[in-house]
Amino acid sequence: MDKHRELVRASTEVPRDRRLHDERWTGAAKLLLVATVVMITAYPIGAQRKNSCVECHTRLEGKIGDPARSIKDDVHLSRGLSCNDCHGGDPTQDDKDAAKDPRKGYLGRPRTVDIPAFCGKCHNDASFMKKFNPALRVDQEKEYSTSVHGQLLRTGNEKVATCISCHGVHGIRAVSDALSSVYPLNVAETCAKCHGQAAHMAEFKIPTDQYAKYKQSVHAKALYERQDLSAPTCNDCHGNHGAAPPGIASVANVCGQCHARQAELFQASAHKVAFDNMGFGECIKCHNNHDIAAPTDELIGTGEKSVCISCHKPGDKGFAAAGEMRTIIDGLLGQIEKSREILDRAERAGMEVSRPKFELREAIDGVTHARVLIHTSSTAEVDKVIGPAVGVAAKTYKAGEDAIAELNFRRKGLIVSLFFILFLAVLVYLKLREIESRQPA
Amino acid sequence: MRIETFKRWLDERLSISTLTRTAQKKEVPLHRQSIWYYFGGMTLFLFVVQVVTGILLLLYYRPSAENAFESVQFIMTEVKFGWLVRSIHSWSANLMILTLFIHMFSVYFMRAYNRPRELTWVSGVVLLFISVGFGFSGYLLPWNEVSFFATKVGTDIAGVIPVAGKTMLRFLRGGDEVTGATLTRFFGFHVAVLPALATVVIAIHVLLVQLHGMHVPTRYEQNYRRMKFFPNFLMRDLIGWILAIGVLAALAALFPWELGVKADPFAPAPAGIKPEWYFLFMFQTLKYIPAKIFMFDGEVIGILFFMLGGAALLVIPFINRSPDQHPRRRMIFNVFGVIVLLYIIVMTVIGYLA
Amino acid sequence: MGNTSWDKSTSSKYVNPPPPNRRRFLDYLLGTSAAATLGAIFYPIIRFMAPPQVVEAMQSSVVAAKLSELPPNSGKIFKFGSKPGLLIRTASGELKAFSAVCTHLDCIVQYRSDTKQIWCACHNGQYNLNGENIGGPPPRPLEEYPVNKRGDDIVVNRS
Repeated sequence: MDKHRELVRASTEVPRDRRLHDERWTGAAKLLLVATVVMITAYPIGAQRKNSCVECHTRLEGKIGDPARSIKDDVHLSRGLSCNDCHGGDPTQDDKDAAKDPRKGYLGRPRTVDIPAFCGKCHNDASFMKKFNPALRVDQEKEYSTSVHGQLLRTGNEKVATCISCHGVHGIRAVSDALSSVYPLNVAETCAKCHGQAAHMAEFKIPTDQYAKYKQSVHAKALYERQDLSAPTCNDCHGNHGAAPPGIASVANVCGQCHARQAELFQASAHKVAFDNMGFGECIKCHNNHDIAAPTDELIGTGEKSVCISCHKPGDKGFAAAGEMRTIIDGLLGQIEKSREILDRAERAGMEVSRPKFELREAIDGVTHARVLIHTSSTAEVDKVIGPAVGVAAKTYKAGEDAIAELNFRRKGLIVSLFFILFLAVLVYLKLREIESRQPA
Repeated sequence: MRIETFKRWLDERLSISTLTRTAQKKEVPLHRQSIWYYFGGMTLFLFVVQVVTGILLLLYYRPSAENAFESVQFIMTEVKFGWLVRSIHSWSANLMILTLFIHMFSVYFMRAYNRPRELTWVSGVVLLFISVGFGFSGYLLPWNEVSFFATKVGTDIAGVIPVAGKTMLRFLRGGDEVTGATLTRFFGFHVAVLPALATVVIAIHVLLVQLHGMHVPTRYEQNYRRMKFFPNFLMRDLIGWILAIGVLAALAALFPWELGVKADPFAPAPAGIKPEWYFLFMFQTLKYIPAKIFMFDGEVIGILFFMLGGAALLVIPFINRSPDQHPRRRMIFNVFGVIVLLYIIVMTVIGYLA
Repeated sequence: MGNTSWDKSTSSKYVNPPPPNRRRFLDYLLGTSAAATLGAIFYPIIRFMAPPQVVEAMQSSVVAAKLSELPPNSGKIFKFGSKPGLLIRTASGELKAFSAVCTHLDCIVQYRSDTKQIWCACHNGQYNLNGENIGGPPPRPLEEYPVNKRGDDIVVNRS
């Protein structure tokens, strides 16, 4: 037993000096390895972090320090660019003059009129931009120069919008970032920062109610309430970098980007030439430009809410046509309503009317179609759709009438059977009398 | 000759002749109030109509929230004469409850519940509850807007009963709300539970009537004629039943039962929801009770009151034992009965006009 | 003498029995009338029990078309309950079915064999062959229904 224990102890025990030797070496090696790794990784991070611009300017209060604080959200920073990539200079230098050395390319703060070119330094360069976002356009500065903003800027007017007015500066986010000032949901507000301020816009002599009007429009409802990002905001009609109101004769083209069918029909109609000659803005003459409301049937015809009577007077062809179009559409709607009512009644009573209800949809389609076709301003065109639809609605109405008639037929049938039942009762009574007369009293 | 052999064959095995002999002896008393004797049989006839039309409807009806309404629609539109069977079923239900009330009140006023007929009365009251149960459960089955909300309101009221109310409500509804589970459950009650109970209780009720014979009101005891049941009274019954069929056909023709609109549990209740007419007097009464009576909920008091009324119905034979010895008590019971009857009629009418 | 059964008709105790001919006529009338009424009751019952043409209550499935009548790269509008459905046989032969109600303003859509897309003529709405809205005003995709083949019949189910 003792011998066994001794043998075990002997085989597991490490010689004292060898043990110390191992521990010391492995411990030291580990320490050295860790230190090397730390130094290797820390260096570049440290080097990136070594941004004297940010280091100094964050310590400063107010406007001079804000850029350094807001830069952390910037899309340029996240792509590895920094202050010096726009402003020049040397961020590795702690000394102010060394960092801001013009010989190191320091540009400082650009003048307002130079901002487009300042940003364009990179954003016009296709091969440079390819490294970051191959699909991004590189003609923004060129577009901007065609815009009202660009044109006015060239005359020296510094109140107009430049790149940084819309995109921000130092905390610039990508357009697809929901917090960006040019994210679709935020565009209108951004434009309104200037265009909604009467004091700011005084010298430009254009209205400042566009934003307020737009907020009431059906487009704003789609965008803000339904969160439909495809709904138009300022830039979809006016352009974003080449921002200018569309020419009077091109409004239909702009609206037609989405409302293709209506635009197509309008441009083939008599109104196009007339409107262009008279300087009306095509679509916006009837639908307004910023406060576009959901159109109702009241817009057409000769009623007081109609847009037709703003030009057409009683007696002229247009007035008559407007009245006719409204009349036939209303007629179809009335017919559909009648059909729907009778079919509902029959259905509630328990009659099978799913086929007429199905067919009524065709008539309802006709109404939707007709409402688009009025853009041809031709009663004949509208009637091409209304005519057949009225036929369908009349057919379904007849089906409803037939169902109700069947209901009444059953009723009459049952009343007839009543007489036979009464007849039987009388016969039984007579038989009873006969039996009783034969029985002992 | 062949009929005789057949009769003898049956008699040897089933003792038919004893039955026919007893049947031949069955007589019906004839006096001024004999007309009321028809109403029990009429109720039974209408119950048979319900069973037959009910079984026919069962061939096509589907008891789930998704299918019930559509299956009734199917019966009314696609099945041949489906509209007729369904209308008759709905109308006969109402007619049966009406004849049942007439039967009950006539028995009450004639004091036919006296000894030895107490159990006949008790089984009759049980049949009243069963019939009302049939009506309430059946009303939900088409799963249309009106029936859904009527059931909701009705079970809400049941839930107001103190102590047992919540359990009762959950038991009836199959949950906390009226859902497809309620429908399936009511269907089970309507086509299985209640028919089984009804069969047993009807059998007891009718057998007891055969056992004790028809009751004759005291004042006619000394002078009344008798009429044989087979075939005389039965043929008169038959005339009544044929006329009842006529009435049903007329009602189905003039006032066909509507399909309505499919129930939507999330839609608000339509205005003016009211239960079927036989619940209306209670419903209307509850509307008039003030919200609070002393410290108790008005509704609870109302319901307890009606439950008490139902219980009182059951024990009437035991509290009005020998009315002939106590003419004053007789009068009290008569007056009480008239008041109740008038109250029911007036409240029902008001309920409809309101 | 007394009241033997064959003597009944002549006994003075009896009140005016009807003459035999009238009695037979009454019996005949009663018999036919009762038979007619019973017939009038049983006839509807028998007809009621016979399964109707349309076998099922809910239009949970419908035969939308026949395979032999629907060539590849074509579509067909069919009735689904009271709503329209669109059945498409794609160019590769696959069968697809959708609700034909445009999610924009409820117009009936159609299949276009030139663009191989589902199109709504009202406002130029476009859907791909998964029913997804890919162009124009429609805000939501079209509801898709499962399609099965039963011999030559193409059966569309509600879900």
